[in-house]
Amino acid sequence: MHDVLYVLLRRLRKPLITVIVVYAIAVTGFVLIPGQDDAGQPWRMDFFHAIYFVSFMGSTIGFGEIPYPFTAPQRAWTLVTIYATVIAWLYSIGSMLALIQEPGFSRILRRRSFAKEVRNFNEPFYLVCGYGVTGTAIIAGLCQRGIRSVVVDVDQERIDALQMDDLPIRVPGLCANASLPDVLDDAGLQHATCIGVLALTDDDNVNLSIAIASKLLQPEGVVVSRTESDVHARNLASFGTNHIIDPFRAYAEYLSLVAKSPYMHLVYDWLVNPYHRPLSSVYKKASGRWIICGFGRFGRALYDDFRQGNVETVLLDDNPAVLEGYENTVLGLGTEAETLLKAGVEDAVAVVAGTHNDADNMSIIMTAMEINPKLVTVVRQNLSSNRLVFENSRADFVMEPGRIIANRILAKLKTPLLPVFIEKMQHHDEVWAHTLLNRMSNIAGDRELDSWSVKVSDVSAPAVMAMFDQGMAVKLQALMKNSRDRNRSLPCFPLLHRRDGVLSMLPGELTELEPGDEVLFCGLSSAKGRMEWILKNYNILFYILTGEDPSFNLLSRILKRF
Amino acid sequence: MNREKVIFAFFIVLALTLNFGFFLGGFDEIAHHNVYELFAATIVSMICTVLKFGDRTHIGALMLATSLVADLQLVVAAMMWGYGVQMSVDGMTPELVSSIVSLSGGALLANVVSVVLLMVETIMVRR
Repeated sequence: MHDVLYVLLRRLRKPLITVIVVYAIAVTGFVLIPGQDDAGQPWRMDFFHAIYFVSFMGSTIGFGEIPYPFTAPQRAWTLVTIYATVIAWLYSIGSMLALIQEPGFSRILRRRSFAKEVRNFNEPFYLVCGYGVTGTAIIAGLCQRGIRSVVVDVDQERIDALQMDDLPIRVPGLCANASLPDVLDDAGLQHATCIGVLALTDDDNVNLSIAIASKLLQPEGVVVSRTESDVHARNLASFGTNHIIDPFRAYAEYLSLVAKSPYMHLVYDWLVNPYHRPLSSVYKKASGRWIICGFGRFGRALYDDFRQGNVETVLLDDNPAVLEGYENTVLGLGTEAETLLKAGVEDAVAVVAGTHNDADNMSIIMTAMEINPKLVTVVRQNLSSNRLVFENSRADFVMEPGRIIANRILAKLKTPLLPVFIEKMQHHDEVWAHTLLNRMSNIAGDRELDSWSVKVSDVSAPAVMAMFDQGMAVKLQALMKNSRDRNRSLPCFPLLHRRDGVLSMLPGELTELEPGDEVLFCGLSSAKGRMEWILKNYNILFYILTGEDPSFNLLSRILKRF
Repeated sequence: MNREKVIFAFFIVLALTLNFGFFLGGFDEIAHHNVYELFAATIVSMICTVLKFGDRTHIGALMLATSLVADLQLVVAAMMWGYGVQMSVDGMTPELVSSIVSLSGGALLANVVSVVLLMVETIMVRR
């Protein structure tokens, strides 16, 4: 905090000394040079008058020659000192202004005001390191839910972008290297209301050091880290990082669900992604032979998942070394028809263009679609600037690592019950998934399907608790009524109910709530706000339960007794 | 040899010697005290203060404090001199002279502390 003051003082040494010295010389000159008083007698200026004269001369105010008109030597000296003092002033003011405008100095000032703003936070917030594609999506998601956040990024352009983005909540941003612990500290890592740290930079080593610092300085906080290599993932797991997200592995799991159980895949897609795939997309055949072009990190992750699900695969790569030891391989990139035909594209069900070159990927799916238009196509998008091309590619799946990580993390941050539900739903069959999907489709249609959880407790549901105190039972359906007309329902339905660790999937609407219950809902986000009213406002809940709308003020209560 | 240290020590010691030169003499005898010397002592003391700006060490902070004390005492002494010569009806009385000299004596003490601190700092550096 004292940094600014010290830097300022140190830089001002020279200019200040210059001003003092010039003034001292000027004053001494006036004291020594002989003059005349108005009677023509020899007279010498004393220090008092000399300092007075130099002070107004130096600041170019100019009150004239006092107390008596000057002699020629005095005027000559005045001429010299006018220029000397003006230059000294210009020099010192100039260097002070230069200091204020200097990037280094303004960086210190910015960092101070950032740290101060974060220190004054009194509500829960997330510390997000890295404001790339992933960070942008996550901050937008958090803001939408009214959760505060703080951003640290090493690139000033991204921090500028943060300030330009029209976010509903103010998000302070700092341009600094997040792998330095004192930067994290300034960004509120040790703040009492910091919920967790998201390490989302594109450098695995930086993410690793962020995760380590966070775990050491704030052991209770949640730490989420993205990583793109297995070594780092194991390293992160070894010291208790809460969520480790590998975009390639995450997408491989997602895709293998397409091959195994398409309806379950859609349920997952609707719950996790803000823009879900249409219900009609499931009618394409997806079980059969998959052609994987590009056997890098993504290809390998996909291959591992497919092998577990007993899906037939053909691997393509132009580097014979990586294909060594695998069955069903074809040498070549897949950008030309010949190699694709060799891989059996005519009777395959899907082609995955997973190389690290966007142009190659587009070329692969375009060639493959020409040969076999019924193919399910998966294309990997490496650069977010290529979005326009990929959006119009008519590929069934576009894999963009940044977005995948963002959706995954948001699903985890939204409510801890959602991952529990996703994990548990995979034990059910396709018919179950299809029924669930129809219910979701009735409610959301093409809009975003949101999900949220409700806990019956004094803090989050005081109205429900008050009903319990009065001996009234509250059923689950009461929470899903429209507070303006209790005969209508809100666009949502319960997915999961948890009581004392016992989970029940898709609980009935007549389930009676008890204190401590947790319920996961899905539906439109407008229903979420309405439900808050029911949970927290006694009068609304009373109306929903009984159909009466009495007033509960003191006067009416007294009147009611008579 | 550190050029910065030479300049720094030069000004600190100069402030002390000028101050001492002014202080030396009869307490109420104006002829023993030179106004130019007071002026020089004040200017050098101010330069010393600025030289100590921005030093983050503990000793640096102490030196800045002693230097500010010396400045304050010398500026007040100079103002009293000005009052005595320009504004006072009785001119420079022996009472005024003695208080100017005692103020500069206070500044002298502060300058002595500065020099002691400088010596302490020098002894602490074992290079």
